[in-house]
Amino acid sequence: MIKILNSLSIYIIPFMITIILIYATYKKSPAYESFVDGAKEGFNIAIKIIPYLIAIIVCTAVFRASGAIDILQNILKPILDFFKIPAETTILMITRSLSGSATLGVLSDIINQTGANSYATKLAAVITGSSETTFYVASVYFGAIGIKKFRHALLAGIMADIVGIIAAIWICSIFFL
Amino acid sequence: MNYIFIFLILISFICAIINNKMDIVVDELLKSSQRAVEIALGLIGIMGFWLGIINIAKKSGLIDIFSKLIKKTLLLIFPDLKENNEAISNIALNITANAMGLTNAATPFGIKAMENMQKENKDKQKATNSMCTFLAINTAGFQIVPAVVIAILSAAKMSNPSQIIIPTLIVTTIAFISALFFVKILERFYK
Repeated sequence: MIKILNSLSIYIIPFMITIILIYATYKKSPAYESFVDGAKEGFNIAIKIIPYLIAIIVCTAVFRASGAIDILQNILKPILDFFKIPAETTILMITRSLSGSATLGVLSDIINQTGANSYATKLAAVITGSSETTFYVASVYFGAIGIKKFRHALLAGIMADIVGIIAAIWICSIFFL
Repeated sequence: MNYIFIFLILISFICAIINNKMDIVVDELLKSSQRAVEIALGLIGIMGFWLGIINIAKKSGLIDIFSKLIKKTLLLIFPDLKENNEAISNIALNITANAMGLTNAATPFGIKAMENMQKENKDKQKATNSMCTFLAINTAGFQIVPAVVIAILSAAKMSNPSQIIIPTLIVTTIAFISALFFVKILERFYK
């Protein structure tokens, strides 16, 4: 099943490109000129998001390095024990909304510490796979168009992340405990 | 965003003093700003490529056909975008790519959609309802196959990595629905 899905996902990109090119040929639309025109914009967008990315990435990196997460973990310990949540996964729950690369780092770390078949690993994998990095997505998307007042977007994203984490804890306890 | 920015940095400095980690924090401060630029520059290639491909589809009229197909459903979620054909089709492409687990491919579509919405925005610094809704469902990260996670688990020799697919799908669906729910409720309070 996994192999089928994996090989399917490899073919999605070439499939999309093929359809687009065939349709352009059919409509006699100049594909090469359109491509170059569109690709020019990639450079501008990447440059435009740099200041926003610096702000968000420095924030989260400093937060992680300062040990603030360890302090939070100690405060939350009694609650974690009650819901049978492995302590290792708390860092992941916090980094999940902040940084994608950090989350993958933490996931690998949990696998190293507790083994590939542990409950902590399964819970961590479900949390990682079921959510996006809220702060990163916000800074890239709003940064690209220069939005500075985010209104309720971040709050809604974070609340959904929290619901997602609670759901992950619940669903995993049904599936894997 | 302003408060979060200030809060995260100040809390980090305070914790750094408590934990005696100021040297690491300062080091990380310098390194991470460098990393932010590297990430953005790394986006140029993939961004250019996809925007190029999308532009072919746009010029040939394929995007219009695609957006007509799912427009009705999306208009329920984005009622403000009735007149904004391009935004709707880019949102459609973004959601499709994300669902397939192609996060890198989804980003250029998402940014394009944001630009389309920005064109009709009166206050260019303030997000519209549609922008917030789009961002919230994106942060929920709806995915049918969590390809990256499965790759990591397989590399770590988990006995059967595909066992996480169904739980992940259930959780991501719950998160997706609650993101929509929260964003629609909150938009009334944040004018």
